[in-house]
Amino acid sequence: MIVIVNYEMGNLGSIRNMFRRLGHQATISNDAATIASAERLILPGVGHFAQGMENLQRLGLRAVLDERVLGACTPTLGICLGMQLMTKSSEEGPAEGLGWIDARTVHFRNGAQPVAESARLPHIGWNFVDAARPHPVLADVPDDPRFYFVHTYRVECAAPSDVLLTADYGGSHFTAAFAQGNIVGIQCHPEKSHKFGMQVFSNFAAWTPAAVESPTYA
Amino acid sequence: MLDAVSASTPRAARVHRPRVMPVLLLKGDLLYKSVQFKDLKYVGDPRIAVKIFNDKGCDELVLLDIAATNEKRRPNFELIEEIAGEAFMPVAYGGGVRTLEDFAQIIRLGVEKVVLCTHAVEDTAFIGKAAGVFGSQSVVVCIDVKRNFMGKAQVMTHAGTKAAGMSAAELAAKVAAAGAGEIVINSIDRDGTFKGYDIPLIKQVAAAVDVPVIACGGAGNLEHVVEAIRDGGASAAAAGSIFVFQGPHRAVLITFPEEGKLRAAFA
Repeated sequence: MIVIVNYEMGNLGSIRNMFRRLGHQATISNDAATIASAERLILPGVGHFAQGMENLQRLGLRAVLDERVLGACTPTLGICLGMQLMTKSSEEGPAEGLGWIDARTVHFRNGAQPVAESARLPHIGWNFVDAARPHPVLADVPDDPRFYFVHTYRVECAAPSDVLLTADYGGSHFTAAFAQGNIVGIQCHPEKSHKFGMQVFSNFAAWTPAAVESPTYA
Repeated sequence: MLDAVSASTPRAARVHRPRVMPVLLLKGDLLYKSVQFKDLKYVGDPRIAVKIFNDKGCDELVLLDIAATNEKRRPNFELIEEIAGEAFMPVAYGGGVRTLEDFAQIIRLGVEKVVLCTHAVEDTAFIGKAAGVFGSQSVVVCIDVKRNFMGKAQVMTHAGTKAAGMSAAELAAKVAAAGAGEIVINSIDRDGTFKGYDIPLIKQVAAAVDVPVIACGGAGNLEHVVEAIRDGGASAAAAGSIFVFQGPHRAVLITFPEEGKLRAAFA
């Protein structure tokens, strides 16, 4: 069973809708026991980083998520804010992130790859992505892949080897997805990206992370 | 694999293309299309139209219930749910949304953006409240504009029937400051005319705000769409008639241009 973690941030219905179309049952839940029994986890989310972390704490989900993701190595997909929460910190707020991956979340105008001043933010719309390396969740994605993005902050990975997808916006060459062990984080919205996103979800639903890929946590 | 694809696609050919989005007008359970907000012509079943746009891989959909506010009723949640279940692209819904409860319900059904029009004028503070809960990216304000006999662009509410007493640029700046994530600028005079967008109007609004502006009203062909972005400074373009009608007699044909055609238009 796929569980979409409901921490009251954003649009969960569309993720469930796409899995349903693919023939997979996905349950939206904020119940620790349900999350603990999940075969796969989706950490979705749209909105403010600090608010997202606060909600996870308030709902008492931090411990079960840490245990399932870091301990049990449950295949986990973070989408948009969910991807950013997986990092250690964000310039969007003072809260500490989940820290599942050695990365930080920065404003599009800051960091090593800032956007041009003329670029409007948020970065909204369809954009092309490039794969930094092969990965099972990217298998058979149709030609000329485009995904739908909506974000003002972006992730910077400490280890270039964690980067999975890159994209370009306003002169910034940024990380559109990362992957490490059982964790994949994606900045764009597969659930709103037609056949391209559908293939990523389909791959994720079938993905068994290789044992050798088990992450080493700092 | 994705990496093989990337290698075969020259990066130079992959220019960031602006969004082009069909606007569908709902009245009751059915789709209509207007000319200058009047003369409604029946287009068809919204569920079928959305399936077609989904199959065509269209960028985004804007769905507006043009009767809800004037009939003083809430959004048609059942229909919204059915449509959201079929639309694997971003969807914006507008019409009759006046409370955070209704806003939340629409988001829960799988729609990511809610369009405010009349309510954005009557209760601008609501924009900030909604943005605070759902994020600015989910709050879109649609500004309906009609030029008066002096040519001055006036904001209209209640499906174009009441003057709000302010200019489009004024309202745009106000709603952007309040937390709107995107602004649709819709020309009532050009609506359904195929004459092209009101470029000066789009320019005024795009200059007044930093958030993305979506041009709407008047598209007759793809060249008009390109003009709205290139000359008007819009970030995206919305259109109704060109995606639901074909020919001078407005024969219904629901369609969306192929990716290659869109890229060539913007090249």
